Amino acid sequence: MTELLVGTKKGLFVLEGEPGAEFDVKARAFAGEPVEYAMRDPRTGRLLASVTSAFYGPKIWYTDDPSGEWEQAGGVALPEGGGEALERIWTIVDGDGEGDGDGDGDRTLYAGGDPGVLFESRDHGATWELNAALWEHPTRPSWQPGGGGLCLHSIVPWPGDPDRLAMGISAVGVWLTEDGGETWHQGNEGLVARYLPEESREEPTALCVHRLQRAPRRPERMFMQFHGGVYRSDDAGETWTDIGAGLPSDFGFPLVVDPADPDSAYVIPLAADMDRVTPEGRVRVYETRDAGESWTERGGGLPQEDAYLTVLRHGLDRRGEGPDLELYFGTTTGEVFGSGDAGESWFGATSHLPPVYSVRAR
Amino acid sequence: MALVRLRGPLKKLAGDRSDHRIEGGSVCELLRELERAHPAMGGWILDERGLVRRHIAVFVNGDCVREDAPVSPEDRIDVLPAISGG
Repeated sequence: MTELLVGTKKGLFVLEGEPGAEFDVKARAFAGEPVEYAMRDPRTGRLLASVTSAFYGPKIWYTDDPSGEWEQAGGVALPEGGGEALERIWTIVDGDGEGDGDGDGDRTLYAGGDPGVLFESRDHGATWELNAALWEHPTRPSWQPGGGGLCLHSIVPWPGDPDRLAMGISAVGVWLTEDGGETWHQGNEGLVARYLPEESREEPTALCVHRLQRAPRRPERMFMQFHGGVYRSDDAGETWTDIGAGLPSDFGFPLVVDPADPDSAYVIPLAADMDRVTPEGRVRVYETRDAGESWTERGGGLPQEDAYLTVLRHGLDRRGEGPDLELYFGTTTGEVFGSGDAGESWFGATSHLPPVYSVRAR
Repeated sequence: MALVRLRGPLKKLAGDRSDHRIEGGSVCELLRELERAHPAMGGWILDERGLVRRHIAVFVNGDCVREDAPVSPEDRIDVLPAISGG
């Protein structure tokens, strides 16, 4: 049985089903509230959700039973009396690398948010602490937000090594630590911000990373969907090579990898930054199995006519690996599509949800 | 002491009680005192900067005000979600 945690504009939906058939809604929580992201910690089974009430601000909630009561986590705030307020929590990630570790590794949970902040929890998500080194980074005054805010949306642990972490912040590029977050440096060599004037492209803090993922069996390899460009790094995120050739558009947001294959990545291109819908009215996922040398269209079973859909950065996820790889993505028009055969064929998992912000599969 | 009246989830967070008599010279002082008495309310009305959240409305004797508005002991302060959304 596959579980999908679907964060939407109007609450969290917990879906269950088998690949190939429609999924059932098993639970709904935070009715009417925007749920940006929800995940189940594979090490404890605990669910965590980020919810930004339009009235009461961003919070993280946790529960061991999605149909039951949720508890508000403590410490999810910036220092009081400063000039900034926490705007939103974009992602929550387990320190083992989104379930890619063996479960015996780091117990830390990470949460990333706007304005470009990282929180860490060492008590299964009950309380959180702001990462001071990133908050006080000397370059912070020059950081510029992307269209969605100054969002720290991708947190990519290194399986088996809790000291090494990579993060993507829009629009401040890739950030790397090798000492457990005591110090941070940027890893942006090779990224080209085509949306800037040519003479401004050397600016290291105007880089709009959209999504970052690591190949867990070869952790020095990472893939990135950029704001115009798909990139690969083979040196743990220090330098990047454009691998977007062969896609109908190299603009988009979500990206996942098949954990079994370090040469694999999946993206869902959108037409352009000024036209954020599936190109040519056709919904297609693109797959590489040669580290970006070539891309294969995967659209069987997806709408291929007059279908102008939008998939947000956390709208695509996977479960399992290799031949058993399942893929799921949700749209801002409330559909969730799935594949039980690594993208070869697709089915509709559900179709009448509120706008989908995020999908997590377990 | 001024009377602070809460509704909905704010009332629940404040010990499931709507009416609270609190001492303070401004809206911000009253709300900070309310947070001290009920820590679960921290961050729900005022953000980290000490500003009333954008979609929370605070009224003093029926007048919509911001966090720096002065308050007298005989005043009535209503805190409620603004009419907004989509």
